[in-house]
Amino acid sequence: MAITKTIGVETEYGILIRGTDESNPIAASSLLINAYLNAERDGPAPSVGWDFEDESPGMDQRGFAPVGSMPPEVETHLVNAVLTNGARYYVDHAHPEISTPECTNAYDVVLFDRAAELIAIKSMVAADRVLPEEQNLVVYKNNSDGKGNSYGCHENYLVDRLTPFSNIIAHATAHFITRQIFTGSGKVGVEAPGLTSDDVPFQITQRADFFEEEVGLETTLKRPIINTRDEPHADAQKYRRLHVIVGDANMSQVSTYLKVGTTALILAMTEDNFLPRDFVFAAPVQAMREVSYDLTLSEPLPMADGTKMSALEVQWEFLEQSRKYVEERGTENVGGEVALDVLNRWEHVLGALEDDPMQLADQLDWVAKYSLLNSFRDRHSVAWDDARLRALDIQYADLRPHKCLFNKLNVETIVNDEDATKAMVSPPEDTRAYFRGECLKRWPEQIVAANWDSMVFDLGDEPLRRVPMMEPTRGTRAHVGTLLEECETAAELLEKLGN
Amino acid sequence: MAEREQKKRPTPRESQEQIDETPAVSEEGEKIKSELDDLLDEIDEVLETNAEDFVKSYIQKGGQ
Repeated sequence: MAITKTIGVETEYGILIRGTDESNPIAASSLLINAYLNAERDGPAPSVGWDFEDESPGMDQRGFAPVGSMPPEVETHLVNAVLTNGARYYVDHAHPEISTPECTNAYDVVLFDRAAELIAIKSMVAADRVLPEEQNLVVYKNNSDGKGNSYGCHENYLVDRLTPFSNIIAHATAHFITRQIFTGSGKVGVEAPGLTSDDVPFQITQRADFFEEEVGLETTLKRPIINTRDEPHADAQKYRRLHVIVGDANMSQVSTYLKVGTTALILAMTEDNFLPRDFVFAAPVQAMREVSYDLTLSEPLPMADGTKMSALEVQWEFLEQSRKYVEERGTENVGGEVALDVLNRWEHVLGALEDDPMQLADQLDWVAKYSLLNSFRDRHSVAWDDARLRALDIQYADLRPHKCLFNKLNVETIVNDEDATKAMVSPPEDTRAYFRGECLKRWPEQIVAANWDSMVFDLGDEPLRRVPMMEPTRGTRAHVGTLLEECETAAELLEKLGN
Repeated sequence: MAEREQKKRPTPRESQEQIDETPAVSEEGEKIKSELDDLLDEIDEVLETNAEDFVKSYIQKGGQ
């Protein structure tokens, strides 16, 4: 049965130190994060370390670890902090990474994703203060260096453990292949083996080139469309966390909003066995790329049953079922009122994509970028292999506000920066992130470590005390707001919690 | 193909309105064109000065 969709997004950012030939990305990422934490130390973002007690990224949803597969290693020696908004800010695989706190709707995900961008921007400014004058540190919100190296923007959705994983594979795969038409961030050229930019001068997504398997545990090699990491960060008897690795990091808030909003709906329908049919593609890995390469969105893809369907046709059916689902079952588990807005925007975007995708230059990343590149090509009469177009592509996602080309394009926003600025330091109120963030705000000295599903307190004269938070939708403002108000000290809180 | 046509949703409202108001379109078109020119001027200004070197130097370690 469908459970409340608790959602979070983790973004690995690209990073460069400019003005030096010795740019070590791990050192640069540490510097970036430490500069932010130091700047905020006396303010609202105390630096509390991450607790690795319950991390097991090698567990597989299918209940086994396939021979020869490479579960990611947990690197414990690098900077790793929890923020007062409930987010995690750390170095991962030579990139700075920010995981949003747990949210229950697409609006909040966009809000905390924008807050993460603002944190990265503030970090760059802080880092430049400690770097030699000729150097500066730049963060990019993209997924590829154009040379075959990719880094991810992962989504996480809490799903019912009782839902057969094979059902999730079936419906999620179909959605991941076809949602690319609105989730793509656009990319100049191609990085899949055997193709050149003559074959694919521009494509819809950053990431499609990097997927080689249908289902698997890896995230850095032989990436699968469905990642099977089984690490719910919650009660494992009741929940799974679907770890989604196929998405692009979006500058466009509309793209992020639709990406998580529609996926939450597909997963809820899967849990409730609501979808009347499967869309099984004959060659899913191939289909990911074909959708990404087809800027006309008209090429039908071969299905396993011998028929053909376009990405748009599959999306129209998913939309139709989602409308029906919400009418029959309500919006309680899929984001409340926000889900209704997601449905309307989804319909508008599919209609415009079908009519003429270029109408969406003020809404979707790939269209905004493609349209900018075309205008630039017209003005300067340049061919697709011109280095300036690749530079434009990278600089589209340059997070420095005065250099960011996305910022110049007047793309529609979902949240405003005033709210996002507050969200840099305040947690969502309707998940356990509220308890995490509020405790960190009030008693940073007494919290020695925190992670998604627990916090560790040190009251000085006694053994460390771990407070488990295995239910992602408990510890909300409604649950613990009054309790927190009533407690002067962490000791009082633990006593009242009976810990 | 017939099936595809059948499924096709109504054209979004804006584009129909645009067709109805032809004279406004050219004025609007001029405005868009001049805004685009301003935008491209701005892009030329902020774009990395040596695009080729910049693109070469943008190397990232693979991540997840």
